[in-house]
Order: sequence, then C-alpha cells, then structure tokens
Amino acid sequence: MAAMRNSTRAGFDRDLQALQDDLLMMGSMVQKAIFKALDGLKNRDLSISRQVIAEDDLIDRKRFMIEDRCIDLIATQQPLAKDLRAIITVLHISVELERMGDYAEGLAKISLRMGEQPPLKPLIDIPRMAEKATEMLRRALDSLVRQDVALARDVCASDDEVDELYTQVYHELLLYMAQDPKTIERATFLLWAAHDIERIADRATNVAERVIYLVTGKLSELNAGRY
Amino acid sequence: MAQPQATGQQQTERTNGAQPVNGMQFGIDVKPGMIDVVPDEEARLIVRNVHAYYGEAHAVKDITFAMRSRKVTAIIGPSGCGKSTLLRCMNRMHEEQRAARVEGQIILDGENIYDRSVDPVLVRRRIGMVFQKPNPFPTMSIADNVLAGYKLNRVRAGKGDLAERCEVALRRAALWDEVKDQLNRPGTDLSGGQQQRLCIARSLAVDPEILLMDEPCSALDPLATARIEDLVKELSQEITVVIVTHNMQQAARVSDMTAFMLLGRMIEYGPTTDMFTTPRDERTEAYITGRFG
Repeated sequence: MAAMRNSTRAGFDRDLQALQDDLLMMGSMVQKAIFKALDGLKNRDLSISRQVIAEDDLIDRKRFMIEDRCIDLIATQQPLAKDLRAIITVLHISVELERMGDYAEGLAKISLRMGEQPPLKPLIDIPRMAEKATEMLRRALDSLVRQDVALARDVCASDDEVDELYTQVYHELLLYMAQDPKTIERATFLLWAAHDIERIADRATNVAERVIYLVTGKLSELNAGRY
Repeated sequence: MAQPQATGQQQTERTNGAQPVNGMQFGIDVKPGMIDVVPDEEARLIVRNVHAYYGEAHAVKDITFAMRSRKVTAIIGPSGCGKSTLLRCMNRMHEEQRAARVEGQIILDGENIYDRSVDPVLVRRRIGMVFQKPNPFPTMSIADNVLAGYKLNRVRAGKGDLAERCEVALRRAALWDEVKDQLNRPGTDLSGGQQQRLCIARSLAVDPEILLMDEPCSALDPLATARIEDLVKELSQEITVVIVTHNMQQAARVSDMTAFMLLGRMIEYGPTTDMFTTPRDERTEAYITGRFG
C-alpha cells in the first residue's frame, strides 16, 4: 500500500506499511475463524465452536486497535490523496473483517444450538460455499497487497457463485421441511449457517470494492448479487 | 514532460463537438483540458499562454488556465516553482521588477490586461493584492491606511463618503469591531493578524473584482490564520480570490479550485476536492503527500 517511494516521509511510509500488515493479520485471523467455525459445525465438535466464540474478542480488539492507529495517523500526518485513501480503505476493510468474524461466531453459535443432534444431512454445499467465500476473502486481500483492480473486480464477480449455491441449499432445505415438518428446526439451523456464509462472501466483495477505491479513487457498488 | 492534466468531469460534458469559447476566442492554441476545467460562463480571469521572465531566467512557462468567478483558486507548488510570479503577472506587478517581462495574455472581461491601451494602475485597482507580510503604511493611521489605495487612485469623494467607505472596507475585512474606536491610531500598532486584515481592507476599499493573495498567512499564528481563512471564504461570495500558499491544508480548506505548479509549469488544475483526494498526475500526488518539495 505504501509503495516505498524514494520518500521524504519514510517514517509515515513505514507506519502505513505496518497498518496494512496489521490488517492482513486480522484478515488471517478471520479466515481461521471461518475455517474453525465450519469445522465445528461439520464435525459436531462443540469445543471448537466454543473456541471460535471466545476468539472473536481478539478480532474485535484488533479492529479497534487498527481504527485507533488510523485516527492517530489522520490526526498527526494530515494524509492526502493516496495516503488518505489508504487509511480510509484500511478503516473500512477492518470493519468488514470484523463483521466477517461475527458471522464466523454466528456459525459457531448455530453449532452450539444444534447441540449433540446430528446434522439433517451430510454437509456438502455449505462447506463448498464456505470454501468459495474464504477464497474470495483471500483474493480480496491479495488484490489489496498487489493493488490489483482486475483481481478485485474478479472477486466481486465470484459472489454470484456463492449466491447460486445459497439458492440451491435454500431450495433443498425447504424441500426437507415441506416433506417432513419434524426437520424444520434442524433445517433452519443449516439455513442460518448458509445465510451467514453468503454474507461473508458479500463482505469480501466490499473489501474488493475498497481496493478499487484505493487504486482509482472511485467508489462503486459491484456487489449486485441476489441477496 | 507529460502533458498537464485537468481533473474533474468537465471533459465528458463537451461531447457535442462545440469548441470552448475560451480556447477559440483569441485564436490561441490552448492546452486541451486545462482551460476546459472551468466552464466559459464561469471564467472570470483567463490566463493564456503566459510566460514570465527575470532577465534570462524563465520563471513561468506557457501557463493557460481560467479562474472561476466568485470562487477561491489556490496555487500550490514547491518554493521557486513560479507561483508568486504567476500571481504577480495577474495584476501587472511582475513587470515592476528590474529586467522582468511577461508574454502571453491575461484576459479580464474579454480584454487583455497587457494590451498597450490598458493602464496598469487601473488594472491593479480592479485586481487587488495582499502580500505575504502585512505591510501597512507605517506613518499612517488605521483609517488612512484603509483609504490609501482609494486616495492614490485619485478618486474624488466627500468626507462622509470616505468615512463610510472606510467602515465598509473594515467590516468586509472583519476588522471593524476591533478597531472602530481607534481609527486614528497608527496601523502598525495592530497585531500581525489585524495588520493583515487591515491590508485586506485597504485592497477592498477600491472595490476590486479580483483579490490576489500571496501567502497571506505565512507570518501569522494559527488563530489569526483561521480568521483570514474564514474571511477569504466570505469574500469569495462577492469577489474572485486567487491565493498562493505553501500550506497544503490551507489550500484544501479555503479553495474551490487548486492549481499545482512545478518548475514554472502548471502540472494539474481542478476542483480542490479532486486534487487532494485523487490527483491525476503522479507529480501532484508526490507533492501533496509530502514526498518532495
């Protein structure tokens, strides 16, 4: 982000780089939280689910730490142009990541509510959705590091695939509920889980949109998904 | 060197093939983009292909742009980039220096102020100037300072008219309330910020249409600076203001349009918000983010 130019503001450039590094670390924490939450859900491992809930505090704290540093840099460095966009971008992305962490926590809570009962059906599409959503997040953060607008646009386009899977899961679960009302509660849990993952993918597109803003200065809504 | 860039939406609005009047009016080859930043009907002062020299030194190189009517235009750039020289060209002050000369045109109301038939004194009455260091006349009272330009311009007026003009000018310069009971005290008794506002009042007393300000706050503390900045914004409701400043934050705060100069050339010109968030030229970006200069 802070392309190390032959700079008279080397200290500020270092601060911007450190800020980006922290954001990437937060991104990695969120990715791990999603993987673990899904692991707990899929394998009915309630201890992992509890761990995800506890660790969400760390993500929240990281977000506030990043926000504080952004405010400090704005106050002390009076950033302009790309420096200003870089800090605003980090601020926004940190909020998106924090919300993704909340969705991971949501998945863990669903797992706890499901308790000891087995899942309604073997989980196939939901893990596929999660895989795609986390991949979108990984590529969105990659586009930030590389300042690659094409890659960021590509991330936004991938959201359609997650939406399609969600539609598929939704109809399948409705069918279960229609056929046997006794499955309604367990089907609803899975529907919630699919919805949380679908929202994670939406947030990943928001991250990508911010990268486009950082590079071009243009704010645009590229998340034209169905949900 | 890359072509100068113009920031903003103006380019897309000229798609009907119509040539901008500014560019065609005098049959002069104008850099595409730079002058189109300001729509013809909003252009108050037009600088066209202006070069300025100090003897052999070429300080301002082929600058073309237009200042918007009743808006604040800031000119920024590193020391020695020619911004103050350009400003002084705008009211024919540059030529007052030894071996200094100007080429090109500066158009006010369709008339080139460098035309042989134009009286520089009248130009300076219509285009006032405020300098870096407050420079009230040391032997004059506050009131006489305000009216100095007015009297020097040999304008005839009665005593009552003069008193009224003095008050109006001081009010417009946001100084009246502070000095109304001490109009006969020397202008140099005032604080730095007050002296600068006195100089602004002196410029305003002759009813200029355009006010040029050459780093007007560089000798002032933050509070006095804030007062001048407020004043600049207020004045721009009535007149066109051009301000040269080293202070990027000040340019961002007070101006509607910003021009960036480097090595005598204008690199980029556009709406201030665009210039400070998404400049198009990497040299502008490097300068305003403090990477050089």
